[in-house]
Amino acid sequence: MKVSGKVFKYGDNIDTDVIIPARYLTSADPEILKEHCMEDIDKSFKERVRPGDIMVAGKNFGCGSSREHAPVAIKASGIALVIASDFARIFYRNAINMGLPILECAEAYEKINEGDEIEADFDTGVITDKTTGETFNAKAFPEFIKNIMASGGLVGYTGSELRD
Amino acid sequence: MPMTMTQKILADHAGLDSVAPGDLIEARLDYVMGNDVTTPPAIKVFEQLGVKEVFDKDRVLMIQDHFTPNKDIKSAELNKTMRCFAREHEIKHYYELGRREMGIEHVILPDNGIVLPGDLVIGADSHTCTYGALGSFSTGVGSTDLACAMARGVTWFKVPEAIKVNLTGVFDKFVTGKDLILHIIGKIGVDGALYKSLEFVGDGIKALSMDQRLTVCNMAIECGAKNGIFPVDNYTLKYISKTNPDRFIRSDYKVFEADENAVYSQVIDIDLSEIPLTVALPHLPSNTRKASECKDMKIDQVVIGSCTNGRLEDIGAAATIFKGLKVHKDVRCIVIPGSQRVYRQALEMGWLEILDDAGCVISTPTCGPCLGGHMGVLAKGERCVSTTNRNFVGRMGDVGSEVILSGVPVAAASAILGRVGTPDEL
Repeated sequence: MKVSGKVFKYGDNIDTDVIIPARYLTSADPEILKEHCMEDIDKSFKERVRPGDIMVAGKNFGCGSSREHAPVAIKASGIALVIASDFARIFYRNAINMGLPILECAEAYEKINEGDEIEADFDTGVITDKTTGETFNAKAFPEFIKNIMASGGLVGYTGSELRD
Repeated sequence: MPMTMTQKILADHAGLDSVAPGDLIEARLDYVMGNDVTTPPAIKVFEQLGVKEVFDKDRVLMIQDHFTPNKDIKSAELNKTMRCFAREHEIKHYYELGRREMGIEHVILPDNGIVLPGDLVIGADSHTCTYGALGSFSTGVGSTDLACAMARGVTWFKVPEAIKVNLTGVFDKFVTGKDLILHIIGKIGVDGALYKSLEFVGDGIKALSMDQRLTVCNMAIECGAKNGIFPVDNYTLKYISKTNPDRFIRSDYKVFEADENAVYSQVIDIDLSEIPLTVALPHLPSNTRKASECKDMKIDQVVIGSCTNGRLEDIGAAATIFKGLKVHKDVRCIVIPGSQRVYRQALEMGWLEILDDAGCVISTPTCGPCLGGHMGVLAKGERCVSTTNRNFVGRMGDVGSEVILSGVPVAAASAILGRVGTPDEL
């Protein structure tokens, strides 16, 4: 599976309260959550993001609360992939369960710029910055994790495993 | 292979003789918990899975605390979804508002005698790591993991390595477990223990009451830890002899001890006598300072409560400081006992009367303002000293508001002084 899109770049310790503020947790509807994704640190994100775009961030992405609403909001906003230096533990698990593709790569965070066009290949973990021509290697996920993401998350995956 | 305390609990629940860091295991869960925000999405997933019954109606817990008493129509609907499910599935640990057992999840699970040493607990709330104070393993997960665990009573874990935190000495006056954990987070950063256990050991743990240990473990997540854990000692046994005398008498709990030669990725030595009254300035829990260095910071609000500092000892500490004094004219001070039992005990001790006389608001148990839900949301430009656990941008309200984290003594003193301050100034 390959994705390609424009980069939205953020810093270290992007917490779940800024990804989706708690005041919106009275809904778990992706269509409502996406309207408020990132609004506390990037008001224009909602207007600028296009389906297939890619988020790049520093260390400890998704720290804070266990709210699954955070990866749901990012995915619903159209983001096809989040690349971070590393992820907070619960967000990491939730992203996989929700079918939001993620990759860990500190070098990519250091060298990719806001607005660059990049491409990522899940089978190999190779990230290519088409704007600068540089490539980076993230660790590829094992097969079953790739299948969870490809099935749109743990529920879809569990369903398809039960049918097989 | 030698194991840490956490690794031993995980091995035991996975039916394995030993585990090593990085191992992926499937483990049996003693309790599976969700709240009014995270349970409704889990119920939807549970229904999608096509499962008819939860794995054990006595071991799936549903606690209303985040937006309750319902703050608006949407939160009422969320809560109704959980209530209907709990009634239909005869969930034992679902409590209505006002009942003696009711309160904030991480206050009542230990205090109601549900969690005991050696238990393995997951909860769809990041502060589920609180119960490590009792010598159990507990950690936070999302709603989908909760749903699958509600169905099967098992989940998978990656076995964590551990950081050993070796405590010596005793605290100075007014310094508490909150100052200790803020100090640790300030020292190692908000990702300093990412994916790891924080295991507390050493003579210094005797300086920490059970309420303080619960505060310390509660905030393990704020440095990225998977869990925090204390060894089981006489304090633990005394505590559970009161919270669950039946199981205590039957020795129906399990004490795990780290092997002497267990391997730790890092050892942090802390002399408790060197820890000052500490605050974390906006907008990260790691942005710590001595409280005494921040006396020029004026404040608009103080919150005393939450799953971090809403226990009986915390309310008592607040009352001790407020006795005979008044909340500053420009400050509103919101005190939130963490459970209905804490509320009642504080009432019987005369503490609520002292707080009322001082001009504090005393709220029903709720997470409320901690996450900017209700009962104390901040406007743009307002600043709050709070005994809660997070001070991220917009956490308690407007993105232009600020939260300063502290322990109860600093919060209470600040409420009286109208600025960040310490009890010795009063």
